[in-house]
Amino acid sequence: MLSALLSHDRPASRLLAALLVAIVVGLAFAPFLFPGAKSLSVAAKILVFIVLVASYDLLLGYTGIVSFAHTMFFGIGAYGVAIALARLGPGWGAVALGVALALALSLVLSFVIGLFSLRVRAIFYAMITLAVAAAFQTLASQLSDLTGGEDGLSFKVPEALTPGFSLADAPFLGVSLDGRLLSYYLLFFAAAALFLVMLRIVNSPFGRVLQAIRENDFRAEALGYRTVVYRTLSNVLGAGFATLAGALLALWLRYNGPDTSLSFEIMLDILLMVVIGGMGTMYGAVVGATLFILAQSYLQDLMRIAGAALGDLPAAGGFLAALLSPDRWLLWLGVLFVLSVYYFPAGIVGRLRARAAAAKP
Amino acid sequence: MSVSLETRNLTIRFGGHVAVDSVSCAFAPGTLTAIVGPNGAGKTTYFNLISGQLRATAGQVFLHGEDLSAMSAPLRTRRGIGRAFQLTNLFPNLTVLENVRLAVQSRARLGLNLWSVWSNHRELVGKAEEVLELVALKDRRHVAAAALAHGDQRKLEVAILMALEPDVFMFDEPTAGMSVDEVPVILDLVRRLKGERDKTILLVEHKMDVVRELADRIIVLHNGALVADGEPAAVIASPVVQEAYLGVGAQA
Repeated sequence: MLSALLSHDRPASRLLAALLVAIVVGLAFAPFLFPGAKSLSVAAKILVFIVLVASYDLLLGYTGIVSFAHTMFFGIGAYGVAIALARLGPGWGAVALGVALALALSLVLSFVIGLFSLRVRAIFYAMITLAVAAAFQTLASQLSDLTGGEDGLSFKVPEALTPGFSLADAPFLGVSLDGRLLSYYLLFFAAAALFLVMLRIVNSPFGRVLQAIRENDFRAEALGYRTVVYRTLSNVLGAGFATLAGALLALWLRYNGPDTSLSFEIMLDILLMVVIGGMGTMYGAVVGATLFILAQSYLQDLMRIAGAALGDLPAAGGFLAALLSPDRWLLWLGVLFVLSVYYFPAGIVGRLRARAAAAKP
Repeated sequence: MSVSLETRNLTIRFGGHVAVDSVSCAFAPGTLTAIVGPNGAGKTTYFNLISGQLRATAGQVFLHGEDLSAMSAPLRTRRGIGRAFQLTNLFPNLTVLENVRLAVQSRARLGLNLWSVWSNHRELVGKAEEVLELVALKDRRHVAAAALAHGDQRKLEVAILMALEPDVFMFDEPTAGMSVDEVPVILDLVRRLKGERDKTILLVEHKMDVVRELADRIIVLHNGALVADGEPAAVIASPVVQEAYLGVGAQA
């Protein structure tokens, strides 16, 4: 049953399985285990990014397509929900319409980009997507009547998802059963479902062809697979899932702007998450997104504590304290990244699986 | 003679160089045609033009009367033209079994199935294992293709072609670089295919003893042109071959 749910793609490493269970349990009970607005927001962000990173892994890790336009589709999803809710007012109909229009736009765009440019060499494709994404970002900030420009759009979500909405008067296990909780679980179940669907796709006959194309597209063609068709379809699927991730983000934040969903920084983040987690593994998206966002969210706090502790020491301590100042958190994230790529070139998941395979007699 | 594959005036030019020069030739099911000629004669290029890796500058390729000239390589494969490559051309990080299973899956036209789980298609896995058994690689099926020894990679290359079950089998020096004791496995396979009597087999091969033993017919390419065509004994004895091919190297 569980195996079928995972499309028979088992973690294949006890340590990885334990890590995944810990992450899933942590996310499933986050509102109860880690009370507080910040930790819930971090958990929600992890959920959204698991979907986003997995959809990017479908492209990069499984098909070998290097695209820099992935945040564009993420942004389209977020803007779709934001614009629909801002224009039509809070309601599930508006959410559905926003998601549907955003999906349609993403599918058409990704199809056209794929069809016209997946025939060219990988490096040119990467550049084309970079150009398209930059153009789209400019467009989004210029069309301020529609998108709110640089300021973005704040909007109201359907009532059931608002903090004011109450499911029950009495708190359950110390957590009030309000709309925020409902929103969180909407995200949780949507992210879980989307992830499992992607896991199924990469383990389908289609998914196996994608990996063949990544390995040797010339040979895949000689076997009778029309690689343009597969690449384009992979592009369209990746874009579709990224769009849905964007829609979830907007529903959670009740706001969307260029910096939250379109910025190039996010593109780099998801690239790092895929690489850290392990390309072409799907589970890498779960591990990578969780670790990266935890580091992004708590490294600064950790450094503040460490910096303060060292601040009392004389001379050398001062230098260390400066290094550990919360402003330097990107430096440390960089160090962590370099170390992880150096020691785990196949990502955390790849490393754990290789270890488990080596341990077998 | 019934014809399966035919090339008419098949030509390709690279700049001023004519690599394949107006080659017209028809191939019959149940026959093994060896294509010989010195290095650079255009044998592999001729293969590439037939299987679609290269597009002809002029001329056509027909299979069972259908003009394939405008078709891409994958479409030609689906029509029944199968190709094993001279330089080993595998999916290096996928397992041996997966390399073959992908060919079986292509033959079953299941590639665009997005929702089933690949391992639930047991018939594909079973078929792939059968083919691996034929080339004595079944024991190595869970190893990555890149980890195989050179000779085993050549066998896998042939296994992938077998798994495609084409009408036309094109072998491009299948035994090149193999150790002496591995060669018979491949030759037995080719012999078996011949025995099926409905397969068209094209074989580029430098080892003349192999050609003599297996070929029903030999065609000779020289500077891209077809210079001799006929019974093995007659072709090998002909002056043009002695000069163009056998005189050059010491393979004979």
